[in-house]
Amino acid sequence: MTSDVLPGPVQETGEIFDVTRLGEYTQFTVVAPGVARGFKPGQFVAIAVGGRDTSMLLRRSFALYGVQPGAEFAGTIQFVVAAKGGGTEWLLRRQIGDTLDLVGPLGVPFPLPRASVPAVLVGGGYGTAPLLPLAQVLLAQGSDVEMIVGAATASRLFGEMQAKRIIGKVTVTTDDGTAGQRGWVTDPLPSAIERLGAEIVYACGPMGMLRAVGEVAGAHAIPAQVAVEESMACGIGVCMTCVLPVRDGDGVSRFVRSCVEGPVFDAGRIRWADVGTVPADLFGADGN
Amino acid sequence: MGTPTVDISTSLASFELPNPVLTASGCAAAGRELSPFFDVAELGGIVTKSIMMKPRSGRSTPRMAETPSGMLNSIGLQGPGVDSFIEHDLKWLHESGARTVVSIAGHNTDEFVALARRLYDQPMDLLEVNISCPNVENRGQVFACDAIAATRVISAVRRAANPNVPIFAKLTPDVTDIGYIARAVAEAGADGISLINTLLGLVIDLDTLRPALGGVTGGLSGPAIRPVALRCVWQVHQAVPHLPLLGMGGIKTGKDALQFILAGASAVSVGTAVFHDPTAPIRIIAELSDELAARGFSSLRDAIGFAHLSSEQQAAYFAAQTAVPVGR
Ligand SMILES: Cc1cc2nc3c(=O)[nH]c(=O)nc-3n(C[C@H](O)[C@H](O)[C@H](O)COP(=O)(O)O)c2cc1C
Ligand code: FES
Repeated sequence: MTSDVLPGPVQETGEIFDVTRLGEYTQFTVVAPGVARGFKPGQFVAIAVGGRDTSMLLRRSFALYGVQPGAEFAGTIQFVVAAKGGGTEWLLRRQIGDTLDLVGPLGVPFPLPRASVPAVLVGGGYGTAPLLPLAQVLLAQGSDVEMIVGAATASRLFGEMQAKRIIGKVTVTTDDGTAGQRGWVTDPLPSAIERLGAEIVYACGPMGMLRAVGEVAGAHAIPAQVAVEESMACGIGVCMTCVLPVRDGDGVSRFVRSCVEGPVFDAGRIRWADVGTVPADLFGADGN
Repeated sequence: MGTPTVDISTSLASFELPNPVLTASGCAAAGRELSPFFDVAELGGIVTKSIMMKPRSGRSTPRMAETPSGMLNSIGLQGPGVDSFIEHDLKWLHESGARTVVSIAGHNTDEFVALARRLYDQPMDLLEVNISCPNVENRGQVFACDAIAATRVISAVRRAANPNVPIFAKLTPDVTDIGYIARAVAEAGADGISLINTLLGLVIDLDTLRPALGGVTGGLSGPAIRPVALRCVWQVHQAVPHLPLLGMGGIKTGKDALQFILAGASAVSVGTAVFHDPTAPIRIIAELSDELAARGFSSLRDAIGFAHLSSEQQAAYFAAQTAVPVGR
């Protein structure tokens, strides 16, 4: 709908290089130099599932991390899969040496501050994945970074070891107290923001968590850039299934595609309370 | 032994196409998002998402549910309105050299007429009149369910639109007798027929115990509907044999496309398959050409409606083909 220049995703067949179980998740490392080449943190890959004559037509989307652009060796990408239904179960049966049909990198990456600024990164469940390469980029810029990773229970935490290796300062929360402190990621967030003098929060995880993180950031008068997970049919911007009500700079709210205009949004612009409805003041609501 | 080259050019009324594979309305936006994957000018054409006079937000989310070999969608014709469409999308398509089919949708006959007028001088090769979108509040808005309403829209659009641009009526399979509707729109002045639009469907979410889609019902598309689509093309070709048909519904491969051609389509649209494989339309051009060659057709035009011929008539065609040396 807008005339912004789209990044250049590619479609390529990637060979699975490694499959590793991590708690309730499975990490895939796939040789995909085309996808790796253009990657920026926050972007995702859309993967065809079920093989050639599959009855599952829609690609499954996964946030990318652990991307090695590859100079001498072919570039690789990593993503993490949680069993959710037929498509992800098919993926979980793939083995090293099998190939996958990939489209990526897709979506708008996390916007980076021009200079180094203190930042808090908040990941829920496997939502921590795209924050790992983001942390590396921010640290390389000289930014102070803290990370909070949370999940319902210990086995659903993802990436806390990698985060500790990259950042050092990581706070873990679980709803049931099976790891780290008991509670939600938003419990330690205010003190992390204050301790660091954070000027921005980045987050990825379930919608309810992103909304709550946005509210905490807002209360501290700092922006939160959040990567959403909407259900997507195409991932490339042609179907309009993945829309969210988002307010633009002029105060006009529209349904925007989370696959090409997201998945990263300024939390303050998403009309969280109106997700799943058509608010009366939405652009084009009177044309329905 | 190389495969003999098959002439795959075709026409939809006065619109001449170098190959018979187009995108489907609502499944390729206005082409630009597919350009990272292939040159959109190589397709038979881009069919744009149905556009209305005013900007339209469309329906609430969730707008999609995957179903066996298909999907249900309830987008509800989200779009920027015709002025923005002309200024941004149509301009881009024109500059990229793509053959363009513009799909229009209206709340009523007046809106269809206003759209045809607004688009009168715009660069396009064909106007597809979407009188069959299932994702509207009022089923009465599905003009293609009612021969009288369909006739009214099509004759009005034919009068208002640029006479040099063919107009195709897009039909729904959700009717008792699609041949009857086809004859009605043909008499009203349609230069051809696009078929089929999605079938009205429903999915229940077993977590919420409520319909899965925000719009409750949605349109079913993908390979699941292919036999229904083929049946419709077959029946409409019999009802109005003189009219060119743009066939669609679950086309994923060249073999699928060939079935539509044999049933009577002059060209095909590839919709939901694009979500699975963004390069599907381009791949299908090559596959269809190979499938035609493998069966001894020297041109795509010869294959249009070929399944309606008796086996004797078919044998006579192939006998004549082998009598003539291949290659020209
Ligand atoms: C997400 C989606 C949006 C669609 N939007 C439109 C539309 O705006 N106008 C229209 O005439 N058909 C629309 N259709 C219907 C398709 O153009 C096509 O008729 C139908 O999906 C059957 O073809 P397929 O099985 O290849 O997708 C839409 C289909 C889908 C899946
Ligand atoms: S998933 Fe198709 S437009 Fe976003």
